[in-house]
Amino acid sequence: MADKRMDLEELMGELSSGMTLGIGGWGSRRKPMAAVRAILRSDLTDLTVVSYGGPDVGLLCASGKVAKVVYPFVTLDSIPLDPHFKAARQDGTVEAMEIDEGMFYLGLLAASQRIPFLPTRSGLGSDVLEVNPSLRTVRSPYDDGEELVAMPALRLDAAVVHVNRADASGSGQILGPDPFFDELFLGAADRRFVTTERLVATEQLAEEGPIQTMCISRLLTDGVVETPGGAHFTACVPDYARDEGFQKEYVTAAGDPDAWRAFHERFLAVDEDGYQAATREAADQRAAARAAKEGA
Amino acid sequence: MTDTTDTGVTRAEYCAIACAEVFRGDGEVMASAFGTAPALGARLARLTFAPDLVLTDGDAALVDGAPPLGARPSSLVLESHMPYRRVFDVVWSGRRNLIMMASQIDRHGNQNISAIGPWARPKAQLIGVRGAPGNTVNHSTSYWVPNHSPRSFVEQVDVVSGVGYGRASAAGPSATRFHEIRFVVSNLGVFDFATPDRSMRIASVHPGVTVDDVRQATGFDLVVPDVVPDTRAPTPEELDLLRNVLDPKGARDREVKP
Repeated sequence: MADKRMDLEELMGELSSGMTLGIGGWGSRRKPMAAVRAILRSDLTDLTVVSYGGPDVGLLCASGKVAKVVYPFVTLDSIPLDPHFKAARQDGTVEAMEIDEGMFYLGLLAASQRIPFLPTRSGLGSDVLEVNPSLRTVRSPYDDGEELVAMPALRLDAAVVHVNRADASGSGQILGPDPFFDELFLGAADRRFVTTERLVATEQLAEEGPIQTMCISRLLTDGVVETPGGAHFTACVPDYARDEGFQKEYVTAAGDPDAWRAFHERFLAVDEDGYQAATREAADQRAAARAAKEGA
Repeated sequence: MTDTTDTGVTRAEYCAIACAEVFRGDGEVMASAFGTAPALGARLARLTFAPDLVLTDGDAALVDGAPPLGARPSSLVLESHMPYRRVFDVVWSGRRNLIMMASQIDRHGNQNISAIGPWARPKAQLIGVRGAPGNTVNHSTSYWVPNHSPRSFVEQVDVVSGVGYGRASAAGPSATRFHEIRFVVSNLGVFDFATPDRSMRIASVHPGVTVDDVRQATGFDLVVPDVVPDTRAPTPEELDLLRNVLDPKGARDREVKP
C-alpha cells in the first residue's frame, strides 16, 4: 500500500492560489483547523472556499485569503454567527454563493459522480435562485413534467477533512456520531487530504471502532497528516469537545482590532505546536481566573 | 373566555401549548423543533396527543420517549442513527414536521434567516439560508418568533429563505406540491394562512394580549376574523408535564418573560 503520510508544509505545497478548496466538518464541528491555520501562515490567496461553514470560513476571511465562499450557513453552533465572516459580507470583501444545505450536499454528490448536476425540489421559490442567477432549473423528461432545480456539481480542486484515526495509506475513521459530508468533499475533489488526530496501524482501526466508523476509504485520499488537536477549537468527539472558552475568546477578540492583533500574534502567527501550547496556556489562565472569581 | 390568569399559566406556557398544536394529527413523522417553546411543544405532543411522533437528540440520533430539556446524553434511549446525510432523506421524503425560527417573516409566510438589507452588501449577515428553502417545499413547516415586533413581522422579508405561499405558487406545481406553512407562533399569538389569498391571519391571541396589541406589533395588515379566540389553556396534565417533567428549571420563562 502506498505510504501517503505527509506534514502540514507538504500539504500546503499541494495547494495553490486561486484554487477551489472544500473543507469538511459542519459548523464548529470536526473542522480541519490545523490545515486552516497552516493556510493562514502560507502565502496562498484568492481561494474559493466551499464549506458547511464554521470558524474555518471566518479565519480565512479575516486573513484576506478568500475571494469567494460557497456555503449554506456559517455558524459557531453555540455562538450563532462568526464575526469575521459577518464583517466580510457586510464590508463586501468576499463574493458569496449562499445555497440550501441539501443543494450543497447534492452539488458535492454530483461532483463525486462526475455528472453535471442533480435535480432537486430544494431551492424552488426561494431567493437562492434570485441571488445566484447562474443556477438553472430542469424539466423532467418523463410524464410528470416536474420542473426542478438543477444543482450543478460543486467540483473542487482540493479538499481537506479531519478524522479521528487514519492509517498511513489514507483510510480514515470517524469515531463521532456524524460523518457529515466528508466522504463527498473528498469524492468531489481532484486532490484529497485527510488530517487525523492519530495515525494508527491498519489492523488497529478495527480495535478503535466498528466497521461503520471506517468510512473514508483510501480510494478517496492522496495524503494524510497526523495533527493531534487538529480540529481545535471545534468539536472532535469522542477525542475532545468544542473548546467553548477559547471559542468565546476568538469571538471577543474579533470585535476589536487591537484585541484581534494580540490574538493573531499569540495564536495564529505561531506554528501548530506553538498554537497547541498557547491554547493550553490560555485554558489554564481561564481556569485560574474562574477559580479566583469563585474564591473572591 | 375564562380568565386564565387565575391558573397562573405563564405566557411561555401558552407558547409551548401553541407549539405542541403544530404536531396535532401527525403520525410517524420526525419532529424537528428550534427554540425552547418548540422543543417543549414537540415533547408535549409526543407525550400526549401525538404518541407516534419521532423526536431527535439534536445531534445524530432519534430518541425514544420525550426527554426533558437538557437531559444528559447518557440518559437518552436511542432509537436510530440519524446523521445529517440521512436527515436529508427524511426531508425529501416528507416524513418530517418542523418548527424553525425566523428573523423576519412576512404576510405570505416567507421567512428570512439569511441577511438583513440588500443581498449584495447586507446591513447584517445572519446565519444563512440553512435548510429553509428545501424544508419548506418538501414538508410542513411552522415558525416560532419569540419577539413579535414590526422588525420581525415585516411587509416583505429581505431574503426569502423559507418559501411562503405567494412565492411557492409563482414557482409552479413542483414548489407547491408538498408545501405547507402550518402556523406561525409568536409570544403574542398564533397565526395561520386560512384565507382566500393565503395571507397571514390571526388564529388566536395568548390570554392577556389584545388584537390591538398584535396589530401594533406587526409591520403589515393582518387578516383579523370577526371573533379571535384565545390560545387554548394547557390541561392540568400538560401543565404538570411542562413544569415538573420537561422543564423543571424554567428555561421557557427565560425565552418568553412571564
